[in-house]
Amino acid sequence: MFDQSKAHDVFDRIKKHSTADDVEVLIVGGRNALTRFANNTITQNVAEENYEISVRTVVDGRTARATTNKFDDESLRRVVQASERLAKVQDADPDLLPIVTVAEATGGNAPAAIPSRHFARTVAVGPQERASGVESMVAVAHKHGHTSAGVYAVSEHVEALLNSRGVSAWHTQSHAEVSVTMLARDSSGWQKSNSPDVDQIDPARLAEVAAEKASSSAGPKEIPPGKYTVIFEPSAVQDIVGFMFWDFSGLSLLDQRSFLTDRVGKKLFGDNISVYDDVYHPLQSGAPFDGEGVRRARVELIRNGVVRNLVYSRGSAARMCKTELAAQAGDVRATGHGFPLPNEMGEAPLNIVFAGDGAAKSVDQMVAETERGILVTRLWYIREVDPYEKIVTGMTRDGTFLVENGKVRNGLLNFRFNQSLPEMLSNVEAMGEPVRASGEESFDMVVPAMKVRDFNFTEVTKF
Amino acid sequence: MEHIAEWALNAARMRGASYAEARLVDDRNRALATKNGKIGSASDSESMGVGVRVIAAGGWGFAATEDLTQRGIELCASHAVEIAKASARVKEQELRLVAEPPALVTWSSRYEVDPFTTSVEENLDLLLRVDAELRSVSGITLAETNMNFRRYEQWFWNSEGSRIHQTRITSGAGYAAYSFAGSEIQKRSYPNSFGGQWQNKGYELVRELNLLENARRIAEECVALHSAPQCPQGRTAVILDSSQLGLQIHESVGHPIELDRVLGMEANFAGTSFLTLEKLNALRYGSELVNVVADATEAHGPGLGTFAYDDEGVQAQCVPIITRGLFTGYLSSRDTAEKIGRTRSGGHMRAENWNRVPIVRMTNVSILPGEKPLSLQQLISDTDDGILMQTNRSWSIDDKRYNFQFGCEIGWEIKAGKLGRMLKNPSYSGITTEFWNSMDAICGPEEWVLWGTPNCGKGQPQQVMGTGHGASPARFRNVRIGSAYSGS
Repeated sequence: MFDQSKAHDVFDRIKKHSTADDVEVLIVGGRNALTRFANNTITQNVAEENYEISVRTVVDGRTARATTNKFDDESLRRVVQASERLAKVQDADPDLLPIVTVAEATGGNAPAAIPSRHFARTVAVGPQERASGVESMVAVAHKHGHTSAGVYAVSEHVEALLNSRGVSAWHTQSHAEVSVTMLARDSSGWQKSNSPDVDQIDPARLAEVAAEKASSSAGPKEIPPGKYTVIFEPSAVQDIVGFMFWDFSGLSLLDQRSFLTDRVGKKLFGDNISVYDDVYHPLQSGAPFDGEGVRRARVELIRNGVVRNLVYSRGSAARMCKTELAAQAGDVRATGHGFPLPNEMGEAPLNIVFAGDGAAKSVDQMVAETERGILVTRLWYIREVDPYEKIVTGMTRDGTFLVENGKVRNGLLNFRFNQSLPEMLSNVEAMGEPVRASGEESFDMVVPAMKVRDFNFTEVTKF
Repeated sequence: MEHIAEWALNAARMRGASYAEARLVDDRNRALATKNGKIGSASDSESMGVGVRVIAAGGWGFAATEDLTQRGIELCASHAVEIAKASARVKEQELRLVAEPPALVTWSSRYEVDPFTTSVEENLDLLLRVDAELRSVSGITLAETNMNFRRYEQWFWNSEGSRIHQTRITSGAGYAAYSFAGSEIQKRSYPNSFGGQWQNKGYELVRELNLLENARRIAEECVALHSAPQCPQGRTAVILDSSQLGLQIHESVGHPIELDRVLGMEANFAGTSFLTLEKLNALRYGSELVNVVADATEAHGPGLGTFAYDDEGVQAQCVPIITRGLFTGYLSSRDTAEKIGRTRSGGHMRAENWNRVPIVRMTNVSILPGEKPLSLQQLISDTDDGILMQTNRSWSIDDKRYNFQFGCEIGWEIKAGKLGRMLKNPSYSGITTEFWNSMDAICGPEEWVLWGTPNCGKGQPQQVMGTGHGASPARFRNVRIGSAYSGS
């Protein structure tokens, strides 16, 4: 595994090769192992180790990046030269800021450290232990007469950023993830969990819940599409709402490609919706610095349905301050959310935490209080249909149930939805306790289960 | 490079592998982009490493490393065997591979101009001129352009004696114009969304695309969309341009024919397929006009799914998928082919890079053009009432690949054989087999384009792969349109 002293050694060698005004090095990589199973059999089992050195040089107000995974001196010399060559052929960019200083990187953005996200136990999990985890899930499948498929994955990740103005940022963390699908004759169920600490994940328990969903959704019935009260489990909430947070970016507003254009400071969602970006939250994940090494701030994005703030890289904040938009863009400052430069995306909040509304209800309670509605386990293939109304489409999957008179009645054929997200988050009738949720369509978040009225299902499929 | 193979294959054999293969990849990329008159990104990247896949004790194992020393390679191969033995602990099905004769081959995709020899100044100058032309149209609020090159060189060796050296040069270029006004964001892309057109070609592709010549039209269409009426809701005839039809093939033919999905191996993530085994040679997939092939051979064209051998050493082939509307073929690997009683894989195993295991992927899954010449203009003239839809904007399909919905950037009303009003936010939806059975016309070879889709995601850990899709514009009857905007 890469360590800090090796990172500094690489940086020192790169500096020697550079003739640029400034140089910044990003080192990203780690070890990943993943065991995949299907039909109650391990079908794919992989491991890799790889580290990339990404060099950004700045020459007279111009910048470019070159990347390699080769660490020998000749390769380092070539990657520096490639970066400088690409930078030098450009016109100078008057908006390009100098490489960040130590004071800029650490100033202003309060909390000093995140909770440890590196667990030796997780890193030590090998192929035999992963196989044992899979065996426990397959055993559950056998018990219920189902067929199982899923993954058991562990990884160790390192991220380092060093620059010629003295910034030296380092983050390492572990990650474990298990997901499982149980297949019955005409139904299925799914569960997924992840954590930096493998001991927080119980594969057999996940398999039991997935198996129960597959059993109880057997013989799915068809009901017509239309507007329904829908109870979304946290993974489904995360997968659908994730499509709007890319727009909580200063550059997205400057580009007029954000659905928040002309809407910051306005009430777009229900009173019960408050959202932060907070890398320091105990259930969150990731490095406490951004692609330039700037420390991340905790940013209030939505308070009681009103869009309060966006996140900014240094460059986006500086550009925003020069425009008339700044007056309506909340608190404009570099928040430590920038992507590595140069890039076209600017920045994004990737540590979303829903605040909850203080009256958390379990999914069971939401079901018990629902006269007629639909319980959704998982959503799939979500894509944006309209960028300003923020209409997204997608399908339900692996456990869709009819709720009647406070009880889960039976499984349903899967639906397609076309739904405006601001409208959805204006119609939230109840929420659960925010939990770390994991899906497949969006980045991990801390989100609650939600009960939403008038959710727009437009079609029903044939299974 | 031969010594690396020997280290890997010998170490795997010594640890107990009954089959082993090693893939060494040297990958080089360049990405250039502009945004509103400035350089959006300029980056070079290279990556080199080796992936070792083995069978031991009847289980699969794969390990990959960037450490190309003898010790690094041997550790990697040993790790792969250790993983394979752990895999063998959990199995209900035996692992067997269909035979493939060993190959000794060196192959390179065809190109006229190595894009890495062109000047970056020239590349950026073209992009900036396109960018300026887009923004010269009043109402354009954002212009983005991109140009991408890749040189992907791979050495494949396996314990059965194959020694395959392949090099692919890929180029891609395109742009998009955006307009924000009122409460709408509209977008037009050229020559396709997903960053434009991508093929296994050199810089000549960029020159063939006539990027600058089309920029003003695209920007004007983008702005005009704001004052266009909304695409209505209902049912009508739909003509899809060839790029949108290419994506329709990708989602509703290419993915469901993947045997790993059919056999349940993707059930947890990418999903399964409605194309269960009894449907082979029995299902009426489409009308008599629908002929689809999965063709990785060079004769099919410079698609992103063109190669000489796949990533488990199987020769490129043309596999009939739909023949006069009848479902006739799957995409396979050596182990999935064996599971359905085939004697040879169709050659569809591909890995994103050296550090990913090959999985079943599309090659060039293309609909063949109509046998007789038929231009798009003639097809429109033959249509009394309908909508022409161009350039994908959104795409979604369920996990069995049955219920789909697509949105396009622009639509045009067709009345009495003539193009009428522009329509904004056009969308259509349907059920896969019903849709393909409703196809009643397809344009001829003169309208056929082999599109590149560079961003197909599949697998865990996820792998991004380029696929090719040839298509001519085609007409579908009684299609449900406009439901994406209903109720919102």
